[in-house]
Amino acid sequence: MHAIVCIKSVPDTTEVRFDPETNTLIRDEVESIINPFDTYAIEEALRLKEAHGGKVTVLSMGPPKAEKELKEAIAMGCDEAVLLSAREFAGADTWATSYTLAQAIQKVGDYDIILCGKQAMDGDTGQVGPGIANQLGLPQLTYVFKIREIDFTERVIEVERLLEEGREVVRSRLPAVLTVVKDINQPRYPTFRGIRRARRMQIPVWAPADLEGADPRYFGLSGSPTKVVKIFTPPKREGKVEMIEGETPEEIADILSDKLIESKVI
Amino acid sequence: MDFSFTEEHEMVRKMVREFAEREIAPTIKEHDRNQTFDETLLPKMAEQGLLGICIPVKYGGAGMDYISLGIACEELERVDTSARVILSVHVALNSLALLQWGTEEQKQKYLVPQALGERIATFGLTEPNAGSDVASIQTTARRDGDSYILNGEKMWISLADVADNFLIFAYTDKSKRHRGMSAFIVEREFPGVETGTIHGKMGVRAGNTGYISLQDVRVPAENLLGQEGEGFKIAMSALDNGRYTVAWGAVGLIRACLEASVRYANERYTFGVPIGQHQLVQQMIAKMAQRLDAGQLLCLKAGWMKNQGLRNTRETSMAKWYCCDAAFESASDAVQIHGAYGYSDEYDVERYLRNSKGAVIYEGSREIHTILQAQYALGYRQDKPLRCELPAYDQEEWEAEE
Repeated sequence: MHAIVCIKSVPDTTEVRFDPETNTLIRDEVESIINPFDTYAIEEALRLKEAHGGKVTVLSMGPPKAEKELKEAIAMGCDEAVLLSAREFAGADTWATSYTLAQAIQKVGDYDIILCGKQAMDGDTGQVGPGIANQLGLPQLTYVFKIREIDFTERVIEVERLLEEGREVVRSRLPAVLTVVKDINQPRYPTFRGIRRARRMQIPVWAPADLEGADPRYFGLSGSPTKVVKIFTPPKREGKVEMIEGETPEEIADILSDKLIESKVI
Repeated sequence: MDFSFTEEHEMVRKMVREFAEREIAPTIKEHDRNQTFDETLLPKMAEQGLLGICIPVKYGGAGMDYISLGIACEELERVDTSARVILSVHVALNSLALLQWGTEEQKQKYLVPQALGERIATFGLTEPNAGSDVASIQTTARRDGDSYILNGEKMWISLADVADNFLIFAYTDKSKRHRGMSAFIVEREFPGVETGTIHGKMGVRAGNTGYISLQDVRVPAENLLGQEGEGFKIAMSALDNGRYTVAWGAVGLIRACLEASVRYANERYTFGVPIGQHQLVQQMIAKMAQRLDAGQLLCLKAGWMKNQGLRNTRETSMAKWYCCDAAFESASDAVQIHGAYGYSDEYDVERYLRNSKGAVIYEGSREIHTILQAQYALGYRQDKPLRCELPAYDQEEWEAEE
């Protein structure tokens, strides 16, 4: 079994700031972490490895310092890592990111399953996982809550998807691209053995020249069809608290339901 | 000269921080209130490899260096002192003493299961009538054929009621005073060993502290650690390691105080401004930051010396003395900053204050360290080489499987 996990290095803060000049995230200054949703993808891949044998390769596109996040994935138990890092890759939107990652996945090759987090907590689009599937012409199983069945010989997978209106069971052929939700598992801590391995490991860094056959026009900012016109911090919503008073609980409930109907909540 | 942590140290810090926040923080208040020891914690720490963090891989450990041990202590005590105490007694006071003084047979039999966390270990030196005055212990060990017969009572022993292996100090020849003291590896299963828990402590209430009673306990002669009469030196060298972990833990406690105080100083308003704007609050916060930086540097120096295999009794004592006083003062200021809320257990800082007091007393009281440092400065005290020194950290050797 060979699982490829795509991870993103994101700023470790909920206070994400934007550069008003370029309309992109400011990544300096703040500590970076593995996008929390991606840690569930790593964990699921490691569980597949434990159950079926094989290996897990972790892949990331980002600045050179994203090597730290790849090493953390190694410390958790992943076997190999590749960093896609070059000036040409910078400023990519979700389409160009998916394209670049898909090219790298093809170069890594020989995969049975690709796992991603459901979305990144900085950009929040949730498009890269499905984008990779599209680029590679693979089935996409998004918002996966549980792998019910997986058979690498028959090359089939059955998953439960967590949707707003309930759960959906889907069967697919393998290889497939999965994006996972956080309810799927509890990610493990890195181990000391993993930390020792991560220290010794030299993580290969791939630039456009390493992705043979890829069209360089599709990399980075210039390859991104998305044009961000404006990004701004929305004004804080003003909350208001109103205490409902009454003689009896029934009376209070009546007033409350009237108010809710009045404001068209119910 | 290089003041940066290695990538590996950063990963250890992150891992232990996550572990402490996920496994200890959610229930710590309840355990502290109820004075209960979290029984699930030791197996989790064992699984994570923390119980053998700086023990060579070939002895079942994780193969990290002594600074990693310190970082783990800092991160555990940042959440609660009771968790750090586990590393102090199990790893530093007991397992490192076995690594330093033990025979290969003793290491295989006792160190390996301890590093793997299959057996929990502690250190039995203090007695009801002997703390700082170590030479006044009353426990005795009488030679009887191939064994020793131990009798005595140990008190204020961390993990007493939880541990499987005890390092017990006893007189084999009382007339020689501290030159007649010896160290023994005692198993809980040996007939005549009884333990109990002490309740009603001011702090570290989620930690297990107790007594060990030894009544005609027959200990095989091969369980003598070091040589007969070397017990005092073994005890003091073990304290160089125990105190090191206490000092690092105190740094974690200062960090917790600073984090809590900064958070609160930005949230709480008085006189129309966040209290962080008041200069007297700023002074308390600035001093915490100062103590954190100074304390960490002292710990790092001691850790670097351990890694190099240099004798560090003076430096470790200095770190322990400074950091524990600094933690107590920081916790007191943290309560002050939190005002009446800080005085209630709704916030963590009152627990920090109660926890910080113990370390000003145990592992060399403030007064003992003051006198030690005066003696070093005046030239009254010099450390002589030991027959067995704590081995310097050698990455290759520590990571070797065989």
